[in-house]
Amino acid sequence: METKIGLEIHCQLTGTKSKLFCRCSCNYRGKAPNANTCPTCCGLPGTLPLLNQKAVEFAGMISLALGCKIPDEIAFYRKNYFYPDLPKNFQLTQYNAYGITSIGVEGVLEYGDGKSARIRRVQLEEDPGRLVYEGGSIDTSVYVLIDYNRAGVPLVEIVTEPDFVDPKDVRMFLNKITSIIEHLSVCDTKLEGSVRCDANVSVGGGNRVEIKNVSSFADVEKAVRYEITRQKTMTSRDIEVRSETRHWDDARKVTKESRTKEEEQDYRYFPEPDIPAVMLGSEFVSSAEQSMPELPDARKERFVSKYGLLAHVAQVLIDNKELADFFESAIKLYPSPKEIANWLVTDLMSFVDERQKEQERSLFAGLKVGPEHIADLARLVDQDAINRATAKQILGQIVRTGEMPSHVAKKTQAGKIDDIGALAEAVDSVFRAEQAAVQDARRNPNAANFLLGRVMQATKGRANPKVALEMIQKKLKED
Amino acid sequence: MVPYALGAGQVAAGIKSREFSGEEYVCQLLERIEKVEPKINAFVTVSKEAIERARTIDKKIRDGEQAGPLAGVAVSIKDNICTKGIKTTCASRMLESYVPPYDATVVRRLLDAGAILIGKTNLDEFAMGSTTEFSRHGTTRNPWDISRVPGGSSGGSAASVAALECAASLGSDTGGSVRCPASFCSVVGMKPTYGLISRYGLVSYANSLEQVGPVGRTVSDVVSMLNVIAGADENDHTTADGRPAYSLQEGNGPRVGLVREFIEGADSAVAKIIHKAVDTLAGQGCKCEEVSLASVQYALASYYTIATAEASSNLARYDNVRYGFDMSPEGYEWNSYFAKARSNFGDEAKRRIIVGSYVLSSGYYGKYYLKAQQARSLLKRELKTLFKKYDVLIGPTMPILPFKIGEKIDDPLKMYLVDIDTVVANLAGMPAISVPAGFADGLPVGLQVMADEFREQTMLDAAYLFEQAAQVQRIPEL
Repeated sequence: METKIGLEIHCQLTGTKSKLFCRCSCNYRGKAPNANTCPTCCGLPGTLPLLNQKAVEFAGMISLALGCKIPDEIAFYRKNYFYPDLPKNFQLTQYNAYGITSIGVEGVLEYGDGKSARIRRVQLEEDPGRLVYEGGSIDTSVYVLIDYNRAGVPLVEIVTEPDFVDPKDVRMFLNKITSIIEHLSVCDTKLEGSVRCDANVSVGGGNRVEIKNVSSFADVEKAVRYEITRQKTMTSRDIEVRSETRHWDDARKVTKESRTKEEEQDYRYFPEPDIPAVMLGSEFVSSAEQSMPELPDARKERFVSKYGLLAHVAQVLIDNKELADFFESAIKLYPSPKEIANWLVTDLMSFVDERQKEQERSLFAGLKVGPEHIADLARLVDQDAINRATAKQILGQIVRTGEMPSHVAKKTQAGKIDDIGALAEAVDSVFRAEQAAVQDARRNPNAANFLLGRVMQATKGRANPKVALEMIQKKLKED
Repeated sequence: MVPYALGAGQVAAGIKSREFSGEEYVCQLLERIEKVEPKINAFVTVSKEAIERARTIDKKIRDGEQAGPLAGVAVSIKDNICTKGIKTTCASRMLESYVPPYDATVVRRLLDAGAILIGKTNLDEFAMGSTTEFSRHGTTRNPWDISRVPGGSSGGSAASVAALECAASLGSDTGGSVRCPASFCSVVGMKPTYGLISRYGLVSYANSLEQVGPVGRTVSDVVSMLNVIAGADENDHTTADGRPAYSLQEGNGPRVGLVREFIEGADSAVAKIIHKAVDTLAGQGCKCEEVSLASVQYALASYYTIATAEASSNLARYDNVRYGFDMSPEGYEWNSYFAKARSNFGDEAKRRIIVGSYVLSSGYYGKYYLKAQQARSLLKRELKTLFKKYDVLIGPTMPILPFKIGEKIDDPLKMYLVDIDTVVANLAGMPAISVPAGFADGLPVGLQVMADEFREQTMLDAAYLFEQAAQVQRIPEL
């Protein structure tokens, strides 16, 4: 059965500082309810929207990064519906009809390994306020509080065509989108609720089901997977899948029917008379192009060509801007890109706490390492000061303590024993204990490796194997 | 003349030269208001702070400080223009206790120029009407005949100026709401080019059509007000650049076009006065010709489609959640609460919300709203062509004489028809002014003068030329 998945991603333009149509701050988090408001974002009578030009630039940059076309002129539309989180009972958004388009249309984004998804549109709109259900959820609350602190924060809505088949691809695509908006510095994705995703799923040409309320990108994959299974099961039992909106139940990890029946809404779109059409044109596009920072694809290219990284290693780095930035900071401190990249991709990543990462929306949440630690570690290994196994142990310690690797190595005398005197003692004792093996090794040079293993064991891995082997071979010839 | 009957310029001059004090002037006005209000009902709120404010102006003058071009001049403000700390009700139950936390730009500018806010004036609910009968605060009556309507929706503004309750006023004009009552009350009222005056703080009825407009007893007073309030405002993206200054001058014989459709649609009593006005202008050396404005046939349908569409959305915010009147949400689910609260709109507002929702509904948008916008463009193009040949277009402001209170209130269509001559300027975004032209059966008739976009000076010149030549009576006996 053919599966079709489409995504709607909402991304707050927190990088603009102020709201989309007034001078209030975008940073509403942690403020007293309704303290981050003004007459305009509260929709008081007589107020007029003032368009934040920075938000238009950011939306233009996002559109370009997603390969979209930008029209010569954009307008804002009123989407009319009654809901208490909307101060004006309409949302200022954009519209695609009657030959008018939103700021970005008809894009294509490549992701993962040679996959791509079409972008239907990118549009700029205002975030509504927040409803706080006192006493739990919409089902259990006795009353509802309204907080307009968020009302008017600029949002970019990215809508894809239903081009995804595999839920895993959804995850990869969302990683790419996140990396792009982070590279553009338009949105601080670490902030709670700054990026949100709804998904549309249909199976076997059946009805389309929209999944809302998925709070983390990691759960989108789970929600989509659940929904595909649900729809396939229903279809196999000849139960028709209804066209509906379902909510993701974060606790039970299932999608469930919305409590309120959603009526067919007529939003009565019409152009906002208070905002004159915004002229964009080629000048806007070229200035947006010029102000665009390096995007993930170009950065990956550079990591491969300039630092000689393998493509898949570079891919892991750029999939998360935090990791890529970490990498570049570390190689500035100690220019050994391949070594550092390997430490990051294969070792450091294994310490990432998935739960804490989701909570704090930071890859390194709870880890006490910085670029200076990894640079130090790479230098110790490169200079043969410690061996790789020891280095891994040290990393395991310092991610929790934040100590510098060289300091730990010195303190625990984890440094390699390349001092001849100290090694000679160990070699002598192995020769005394393993006489049979020594005889063996005299006839068969390969058996010397067994003796080396014993020496390493005796020194708890700290012996410099090169020096130790030379000493063993010398001693075999001597006796 | 007693100070309260003086025009804006004379009041400011009198106070500045300390011929009389601002305090004396305001006290006189408040007495006058107390005396005539029982008959006229022009005000929704009379400002208690006016005397205090007058004292402040007097002190400034005594101390030799700059007191502004409108120092001490008492102005009234239509009650759909926000005044910080003073109730702004829009004559609606929905805003009966609403006190704005900010001043509209036009109010701020008047106050900065030294004006004294004497009170807030009556209107049709949310400026929807042509008679000021659709008000929660009762009907305002025409000072020339208190059994008749003063016009609307800025009926309180025009009546307060005509009844000598203030020197000048600010109204708002969406489809004629300043010019209609100016005509019915024999005062001067203008609607500027769209974008000349900031709408920040004007409670929206139909954003793409409306402008704030000054009302005065003379063209001179209107110019004084205009020079203070006109010009770019960073809080309104639809304002044009610059802060223009207009002068009071007669100009040199403009080329005048009399719009045939306007004169043909007018009552004969009105038409007679307008023909006389044409003669007066001709006598002043103006070249007058009759012209046709064919697309005026689409004007009313276009106007009511666009205005109601915008209104239906603008008025959606009045849901009694954030402000409004006393009504507990206990026991209601959102939608039923909204429905219950919003049943408190008056009949005319409800009518327009319903019509507007209909014309915007899916499947009808192209049929109505887009068609109306096309008609609007057509009308504007035709006017632009005419303005290549004529400096101003004239006609009656209103096709009929002020009618009896209650006469048309039950017939919305008949009521809408009286706007035929005024909606044209709003649809085209062009300036228009109503100047007293004379009386028929003791009732005022206004001459409307229209000009091309941002040609306010040309329009004012023609209006002033006519005013000086015609010398029409202004002050009713009360």
